[in-house]
Amino acid sequence: MATAHGGTPAGTPKTKRPRRARGPTTPSRTPAASHDLDLLRQMLLIRRFEERCVELYSAAAIRGFVHLYIGEEAVAVGVHQALDERDAVVSTYREHGHALARGIPPEAVMAEMYGKSTGCSHGRGGSMHLFDADRRFYGGNAIVGGGLPLAAGLALADRLRGESRVTCCFFGDGAFAEGEFHETANLAALWGLPVLFVCENNLYAMGTALAREHAQTDLAMRAASYGMAAWAVDGMDVHAVERAARGAVESIRAGSGPHFLEMRTYRFRAHSMYDPDRYRPKDEVEEWKRHDPVTGLADGMRTAGLLDAAALEDLEHQAAEEIDDAVRAAEQAPEEPAEDLLLHVTGRHEEAQA
Amino acid sequence: MSTRTRPRAHPDDDSVTYREALREGLREALASDDRVFLMGEDVGRYGGCFGVSLGLLEEFGPDRVRDTPLSESAFVGAGIGAALAGLRPVVEIMTVNFSLLALDQILNNAATLRHMSGGQLGVPLVIRMTTGAGRQLAAQHSHSLEGWYAHIPGLRVLAPATIDDARHVLSAALVDPDPVLLFEHGSLYNAAGILDPSVRSVDLDRAAVRREGTDVTVVAYGGCVSKALEAAEELAGEGISAEVVDLRTLRPLDDATFVGSVRRTHRAVVVDEGWRSGSLSAEIESRICEQAFFELDAPVERVCSAEVPVPYARRLEEAALPQPAGIVAAARRVVS
Repeated sequence: MATAHGGTPAGTPKTKRPRRARGPTTPSRTPAASHDLDLLRQMLLIRRFEERCVELYSAAAIRGFVHLYIGEEAVAVGVHQALDERDAVVSTYREHGHALARGIPPEAVMAEMYGKSTGCSHGRGGSMHLFDADRRFYGGNAIVGGGLPLAAGLALADRLRGESRVTCCFFGDGAFAEGEFHETANLAALWGLPVLFVCENNLYAMGTALAREHAQTDLAMRAASYGMAAWAVDGMDVHAVERAARGAVESIRAGSGPHFLEMRTYRFRAHSMYDPDRYRPKDEVEEWKRHDPVTGLADGMRTAGLLDAAALEDLEHQAAEEIDDAVRAAEQAPEEPAEDLLLHVTGRHEEAQA
Repeated sequence: MSTRTRPRAHPDDDSVTYREALREGLREALASDDRVFLMGEDVGRYGGCFGVSLGLLEEFGPDRVRDTPLSESAFVGAGIGAALAGLRPVVEIMTVNFSLLALDQILNNAATLRHMSGGQLGVPLVIRMTTGAGRQLAAQHSHSLEGWYAHIPGLRVLAPATIDDARHVLSAALVDPDPVLLFEHGSLYNAAGILDPSVRSVDLDRAAVRREGTDVTVVAYGGCVSKALEAAEELAGEGISAEVVDLRTLRPLDDATFVGSVRRTHRAVVVDEGWRSGSLSAEIESRICEQAFFELDAPVERVCSAEVPVPYARRLEEAALPQPAGIVAAARRVVS
C-alpha cells in the first residue's frame, strides 16, 4: 500500500513560482529560498502546536476528541499558498492545520481547545469546530462529509454574485465514500461551481483501510468521472501540493468549474487521542515517517544550501515561543460564564440580548 | 411525486388558493430582494411538484429558480452554504419524508453552526416542504414529522394554516436570521379563500386565535386547523363554545397564547397530525399542565394520528388521521 501510494503526482498542473514570500525571519538569498523558509515555518508551527496538544491532552488541560494532523502538514500549507483572503475554506474535525494555515492565530485556536471565551468559537466548538467568519473559515465539521454541500453553496453564492472567489473544501478518503461527496461533486460539476475539492487521502477512514472501504481505490479517477479536472498529488511534498493547488485555483478562477485534488498523505498518529491504533502495521507507519513532509522540506533546503542549523533552530525557537504564548494566554483567559449558556442558539435571541 | 395540479381558475370571484398565495409570496420575495433565489427538485420547468412555483422560472430565470438533482442533502447543504455567504435561499423539498435525506444538513449544520461558531455564523435559510396525509399517498409521502423538527434548537418551524398566512409567511421568514422550516400541508394547496387586504404580514412569534370561545380550547396547527374549526362549528350547534388556537409557529411555541386561552376556558383538546408518543401534542399538553394545572377542570385530551405508518386505503387513511368527529368527541368529554 505504501509504495503504491507515494511517488510523483501524475498530470500535476503547470508549475508556477510563488509570487511573493511571506515573513522570512532569517536572511535568505532568493525569493524562492525565503518562500521555502516560510513553508517550513508554517509546517513546523502546526507540527509543534499539535505535539503540544498531545501533552496538554495527557495533562487533561484539553479534552474532547482531538484529531491530530501530524504527517499531513504539507497539504494544508501547500494548498493555502494558492488561496487568498477572498476565498473560503471548509474543513473537517482534523482541522488544526487548516486553521493555522488559514491564519487563525494560535492563541485563538488554543483557547478554543481550552474551551475559553477567547477561543475562535467562544468555547462552543472545541478542537473539532474551529470557526473564523472574518477569515472565511467555515469549520470545523465533525460529520464526515458534512461540509461538502456547504462548499457548493458558498461557491454558488460567489457564482450568482459574479465573484472570482474559490471555495476550498478539505475532506478525507472516508468522506469520499459518503453520498454527500457524490451528491456535491455532481452538483458542483453540473453547475460549474468554483470549488476546489481537496481530498486528504491518508489511507484510513478511522480504522478502516482504503482498500477495505472503497471498491475502487483510485479516488482521483472516480472524481474525474463527474466531469471535473482531477489529479493525484504527492501530499508529503509541499512543493507538489502548492504547484497542484496553484494550477487548480487559477483554472477555477478562470471559470473552468470545480477541480479535485487527491492528496496522497498519511497521518503519523492515531485517528484521535482515544484511538489505540491497532489496525496499522508498525512498519507501514515507520515507512511513511521516512517521507515526513517537514523533515523532507528541511533536508531538501539543507542540501540546496538554503537552510543551516542556526536558521532551523531559529524557526524552532519561534514556533515554541508562539505556542508557549498561546498556551499561557489560553490558561489565563476567562471561562465562558454559565449564564451565557443559551447565547448563540438563535440570532433573534442575540438581538434581544443586545 | 407524480401529481401536478394546475392552479384553479376563479372566474367568478376574487378568491385565491393556498397554492397561489404561496406563489405570490415567492414572487414578491424574488422581485424585492436580489439575494433571494428558489432551489429544489422540479421547482423550475415543472413549476413545482405541487404547482407552487409555476411560471416563476419564466419570470425570474434559471439562476433564481433553480432546478436541482435528486440530492436532498447536497442542495439543502448548498442552501446553507449560500446563506452563510449572505444570500437568502428558499429551498423546496418535495415532502417531509424526503427531508430525512437532508436531516443531517438541517440538524448538524443549519441549526448548529451559529452555536458551534460562537455566534459568528448565522444561516438565514428558508426550507419549504409539504407535510401531512389525506391524499392516499401511503406511508412514504404522508407523514407529519414537523414535530421532530420543532424539537431542534436553532430552527424556527412554521405551519401556515390559512390563505393569509400562506401569502405573507415567506417575507416574515426571510427576515429571520436563522433557518426557518415551512411546512405546507398537502391537503391545503387547493383550499381557496379571499385574502384579507388588511393583513400585510405574519407575526411569527404569535399563535392566532381563529375562533373565540369560552368552554374549551382546541389547539391545532397546519392541516388540522380547518378540522378544528369544523369541529367547533358542530360543537356550537350543541351549545359548546370552542376556542380554536392555531399555533402557526411550532418552534418557538407561543405558549402564552394557548395557556392564556386555557386559563379562560379551563379545558383543552390538542390536535396533532403527528404520532402521539413523544409528539408536539405531548409538549403542548405538558406546558398546559406546567403552567395552568390548577385552572383545569378536566384532563387535557389529545387527538393524534394512529400509531401506524400512514396507509394507502382511503378508509384506513381516514381512520388513521385526526378527524372533526374525533375532535368533537374529545371536546364533549372534557366539558362533560
